[in-house]
Amino acid sequence: MTVGDVDTSKFDPMKYLTEFDYGKVSKLPNGQTLREWDVFAVDQDIEIAPGIFFPAWAYGLKDRAPQVPGPTFRCTEGDRLRFNFSNGSAHPHTIHFHGIHPPSMDGIIPILKTGESFTYEFDAKPFGLHLYHCHTAPLKRHIHKGLYGTFIIDPPTPRTPAKEFVMMMNGFDTNFDGENEVYAVNTVAFHYAKHPIQVKVGEPIRVYLVNITEFDPINSLHLHAAMYKLYRTGTRLDQYEYTDMVTMAQGERHVLEFTLEYPGKHMFHAHQSELAELGWMGFFEAKE
Amino acid sequence: MESTLKNKSAATVWIWAIIPLIILIGLISIFFFTNPLALFQAEGLPPIEAVTIEQIELRPGQFIISVFNGSPDTIKIAQVTVDDAFWEWQAAPSAEIPRLGKTTITINYGWVRGEPHKITLLTSSGTPFTKEVAIATETPKVDATQFIAYGLLGVYIGIIPVAIGLMWFPTMKRMGRKGLSFVLALTIGLLVFLLIDTSLEAMEVAGDVAGVFQGLPLAVFAALISWLAISAVSGKQSEAERDSASGRLKLATLIALSIGLHNLGEGLAVGAAFALGEAALGSFLVIGFTLHNVTEGIGIAAPVTRDQPSLKNFVLLALISGAPAILGAWIGGFAYSPLLAVIFLGIGAGAIWQVIVEVGRLLIRDAQRENESVANWINVSGLALGIALMYFTAYFVKF
Repeated sequence: MTVGDVDTSKFDPMKYLTEFDYGKVSKLPNGQTLREWDVFAVDQDIEIAPGIFFPAWAYGLKDRAPQVPGPTFRCTEGDRLRFNFSNGSAHPHTIHFHGIHPPSMDGIIPILKTGESFTYEFDAKPFGLHLYHCHTAPLKRHIHKGLYGTFIIDPPTPRTPAKEFVMMMNGFDTNFDGENEVYAVNTVAFHYAKHPIQVKVGEPIRVYLVNITEFDPINSLHLHAAMYKLYRTGTRLDQYEYTDMVTMAQGERHVLEFTLEYPGKHMFHAHQSELAELGWMGFFEAKE
Repeated sequence: MESTLKNKSAATVWIWAIIPLIILIGLISIFFFTNPLALFQAEGLPPIEAVTIEQIELRPGQFIISVFNGSPDTIKIAQVTVDDAFWEWQAAPSAEIPRLGKTTITINYGWVRGEPHKITLLTSSGTPFTKEVAIATETPKVDATQFIAYGLLGVYIGIIPVAIGLMWFPTMKRMGRKGLSFVLALTIGLLVFLLIDTSLEAMEVAGDVAGVFQGLPLAVFAALISWLAISAVSGKQSEAERDSASGRLKLATLIALSIGLHNLGEGLAVGAAFALGEAALGSFLVIGFTLHNVTEGIGIAAPVTRDQPSLKNFVLLALISGAPAILGAWIGGFAYSPLLAVIFLGIGAGAIWQVIVEVGRLLIRDAQRENESVANWINVSGLALGIALMYFTAYFVKF
C-alpha cells in the first residue's frame, strides 16, 4: 500500500464517486429537454498517489476545477445534448462520445487547436452506460494523459432507486515508457482502501464501472464476499449475469447491482494481482 | 625610492590577483539572485532527477536501502514499490534528500531466500529508480566469525596461490637464459591479461557509480596517477641499479604490488558476490581464482631468478601481492561501494601497465645483450602462453 494521503482539496475521489452533472436544463419548442454543458480542456498536474504528481490533460466544467476523470455527464434517453467545448490546453483535442449520433458529432473532426471551440449536439441514445474521451492522435497519449469521463444515459423509466457510484478504472504511465506505474479506480491509488466507501447492510448499490486503462489489454473487477448482477453496457434492463468477477477491455463498461448481506469491509480490486498491488484496490464498508 | 616601487608593484600584483575573483563572485551572485537564463527555461519542464540505490541490505523480513541523490536539486521519494507492488516504508533521516545527500529507507517485506526481488523508488514526478536483488540472502553481519570467514576467502584467492607459484622458484632458476626469457615473456602475457581484465571490470563497476562522481573518468584518472607515481618511484633508479640484484628485487616487489592491487579488486568481487548471495557459486569461484592466481606467483619470481633472495623476501612478496585480496574481501563483503571499487580497480590498472613496461624493459635488455630481437619465438610464445593460461583459468570464474 502507498504511504500517506493525497490533497483532496483539488480532487476528492470520494466526492467524484457520487457526483453527476445533468447540465443546464431547458425545454426546446418541440417539448424536448435540452441539456447544455460548457466543457474545456487544460493542462493540469494531478496527484495520482500521495506525493506523486502526473502532468495530466484534463476536462473541466465552467466554474469548476478540471479533473481526471472528467465530470460525469448524465441525461435521459431522448434528451437533446449540447456540449460547448473550448480547448484551453497547449495541445489539440476533441471529445468523442460513445453512443448513437451523426458522424459529424463524433469528435473525430474537427481537431481543435489551442483556443478553438466546437459544439457537439445530438440526441441521447441508446440508454446505457457510455464514456467520452479525446480522439486526437496520438490516441494512446491523449487518453492516458487523462482526457476521459463517464457518460450515463438513463432509461426513460428510471432504474430502481439505489446508492450509485461511478468508477473509472485508470492507470498512469509516469515515466512514459508505455507501461503504467500507478493504477486506480478514479485516479488515486488505494484511495478507497485508505478511506472505505460507506454503505448500509442490505441497501441496494449500483456501480457504473468503466474501463479506460491504457497500455494493458484488460482490466477487471472482483468483489469480495458478495455477488453482483452484471448488466453489460447497461443497455438492457432484463438481461444480466450473476457473478463476482468481470474482465473488460479498454472502452468496455458495465452496470453492477448488488447488496452487501453482512456488515464489515468488502474488498474490491482488479483480479490481476499486479494491478491490484499497484493501486487498484479498495473497500466497501457495510454497517448495520 | 626603490622600496616604494617594489611595494607598488607588489600591490599591483595583489590587485590583479583579486580582481578576477571579484568579477567571478559578482557573476555567480547575478546568476544566484536573478535568472539571466530565464529565456532558455520553458515552463513546466520536469526536473533532472538522478537517484542511485547504492546498497540493499537484507535482514530477516526487511530491506534496508541506502539512497544517494546525484540530481541538481533536492529530491523527494514519494512512494516505494517492491516487486511491482506499492509497499509501506520509512525513511531516515528524511524522504527529502538534498543534492549529494543520502537517506536510508527501511521496508518490511517477506523476501524469499534464493529468489530475485526488485525495488523501485518513485519520486514526486513518478520517475522510477530501480535496483534488483539478484538472489536474496541475508547480508553478512560484521561479527568475528564472518570477519574471519571473509578474511579466509582472501587468503584462499590471494596469498595461497601466489605462494604456490613462488615455490617454482628453484625450478625456474635451473631453466637457463632462454628459459628465463620465456618466463619473463609469460609474465608480460599474464599482466596484459590482468590489465585488460582490470580495466573492463573498472568500466563495468563505473556504471553503478552515481553520475555525479563520473565513474569512468575517475577510473582513468586513478590509473593515470598510479602509473605516474610508480614511474616516478622506479625512474629514480639508475640503469646500473636496475641491473643489480637489489634492482631486480625492487622490480619483483613492484610486480607484487601491482598484482596485489589487482587481487584487491578480485577480493572485492568475491566478497561482494558472497554478500550478494552468489555463494552458491562460491567454492567454484574460490577454486577458480586460486588456480588463476598461481600464475601470478611465477610472474613475481621471474625477475629475480638470477639472484638468491631470502625466504623473508619471498614471504614479503607473497604478502604484498596476496594480502590485499583479504582487504578486498572484507570491503566487498561488509561495505561494498562501487565508488571505492572503481578507484581501486583504476589504481590496479595503472600499476599493471607500468609493471608491463618495467618487465618489458628487462626483456629488451636481455635480448640486446645477446644481440637478438626482443620479438623472438621464445618471447612471443611465452607471451602467448601467459595470456592463454590466464584466459583459460578464467573459465573458472567468468559466467
